[in-house]
Amino acid sequence: MTVHSFQQHFDEKIDNDVAIEPRDWMPDDYRKTLIRQISQHAHSEIVGMLPEGNWITRAPSLRRKAVLLAKVQDEGGHGLYLYSAAETLGITRDEMYDQLHTGKAKYSSIFNYPTLTWADMGAIGWLVDGAAIMNQVPLCRTSYGPYARAMVRVCKEESFHQRQGYEIMMALANGTDVQKKLAQDALNRWWWPSIMMFGPPDDNSPNTAQSMRWRIKRFTNDELRQKFIDVTVEQAKLIGLTIPDPDLKWNEERGHYDYGTIDWNEFWDVVKGNGPCNKERLETRKKAWEEGAWVRDAALAYSKKRKARKENKKDNLAA
Amino acid sequence: MNQSTNQLIYTLQLADNALILGHRISEWCGHGPVLEQDIALTNTALDHLGQARSFYQHAAEQFNLMPAEVKKQQFASPALQQKIDKGENLDEDDLAYLRDGWDFRNVLLVEQPNKDWAYTVVRSFFADVFNFYFYKELQKSKDAVLAAIAEKSLKEVTYHLRWSSEWMIRLGDGTEESHERMQTALNERWAYSGELFEMSAADKAMAEAGIGVDIAAIKPLWDAHVDGILQEATLEKPANKWMQSGGKDGRHSEHLGYILAELQFMQRAYPNMEW
Repeated sequence: MTVHSFQQHFDEKIDNDVAIEPRDWMPDDYRKTLIRQISQHAHSEIVGMLPEGNWITRAPSLRRKAVLLAKVQDEGGHGLYLYSAAETLGITRDEMYDQLHTGKAKYSSIFNYPTLTWADMGAIGWLVDGAAIMNQVPLCRTSYGPYARAMVRVCKEESFHQRQGYEIMMALANGTDVQKKLAQDALNRWWWPSIMMFGPPDDNSPNTAQSMRWRIKRFTNDELRQKFIDVTVEQAKLIGLTIPDPDLKWNEERGHYDYGTIDWNEFWDVVKGNGPCNKERLETRKKAWEEGAWVRDAALAYSKKRKARKENKKDNLAA
Repeated sequence: MNQSTNQLIYTLQLADNALILGHRISEWCGHGPVLEQDIALTNTALDHLGQARSFYQHAAEQFNLMPAEVKKQQFASPALQQKIDKGENLDEDDLAYLRDGWDFRNVLLVEQPNKDWAYTVVRSFFADVFNFYFYKELQKSKDAVLAAIAEKSLKEVTYHLRWSSEWMIRLGDGTEESHERMQTALNERWAYSGELFEMSAADKAMAEAGIGVDIAAIKPLWDAHVDGILQEATLEKPANKWMQSGGKDGRHSEHLGYILAELQFMQRAYPNMEW
């Protein structure tokens, strides 16, 4: 087949919703886009363990501690599936880590915000995981097979995370005055960064059109953002919390909530590295990786020794 | 001390060991040397936490059945004294979050800091070998709840022991650096291994009653297992015989205070609330 017919074959698969698999021919840019997106997603899971990991040792009850531990562990598991999915595209996990550690690869900016109170565990589960689900459910049907299958597993667990977050908020909202204050304060701080998680508005999102064409993306940033806002506003009302947006108003005609102007300067600032915790998060990841080097080296050395010993034994038996 | 007080203290010893070890291990979450191990270790932390909860729930049930005047003598904590005065029942969280260090009964080993992967593996290894033989015996307890917790925990501990034994060998027999780090950690932590087998008054009373385990009898089994693994790991058994102790009597290292300051922060700063 010529390159042209490879391309045609690929396009037909995309148009007919047939999954692209690792051994299939794919355009270079498709591969690059996927590596960027999947590794960014994997990095987000791993970096995302840190802000919540902050509160594992301080959780207010043993039950909450167990649930939070299990949740953060799940994030690690998601990172693992996603790194594996990306590896099918011809990049190693070590290379991806290197891109993360050198700042070449990004991760979700939301994790550059600090977790200041216990209520932030509620807000992250409810809003951040809630937004992640909106983004990720359509990815269960994304065109690249290994990514789509990883996302099916991820989404199942994320919906449990979202519920546990909302449940924390509910307990606070039904609690004492100071607990209500904790909940509202967390919502105030996490609301805008959460709705920024869907990425820049459609008219300023350079990758959207191509990703939609490749069916890597299924909905635009603004469509998903709107869906998230519509759902979340109702959930906030249900537990008596106020969304910190004075312009938020139901629009009968559109059948959606109108919302205030998003401060995209803040978004780009955080993306560029100027968020409150960018430095700490990256340094923490690098530190874990560097301090773990001797452990990884030793594990490798030991497995080589073991293999050599086994082979020696075989040789001796044969002789 | 009467039998029910001994049984309460006995249950708390087990609960506190599990909670504090789980707390220390959970500090690794998100910081492990390799992602798979981060996940594995978090799983272990969850197991310890689960065991701690079962023991605390059982301890709380025992406590709530005690006469008020006996209750008053158990814990010095003003927060718990207030609850007792009001006639409130205690639950798992009260026991974990509202006692001060001197009422914690865990061994000193489990509160020692993680430092690095070598120290963490050695600490877990000592505890896992002990727990493995301990839970095997505790399954025969006349206290049906303790026996049931032991049966469930033994499954988890069997996995923990495999994990820590493998890491002892892998790192001991890995590179020169890993060998040296392991030998250092082993030497440093050795003095905390003896307390595992010290029989407190509660241990003695419960072993006699067929509720607890004669832990002194576990020592030879522990030694044999440890010797075998150390040999395979090409590590030398430390020669020092002198052992630290005090945890089981509530005399802890300085580390426990900081653990509790963190662990109990929310319940102390925002008392009497539902979370």
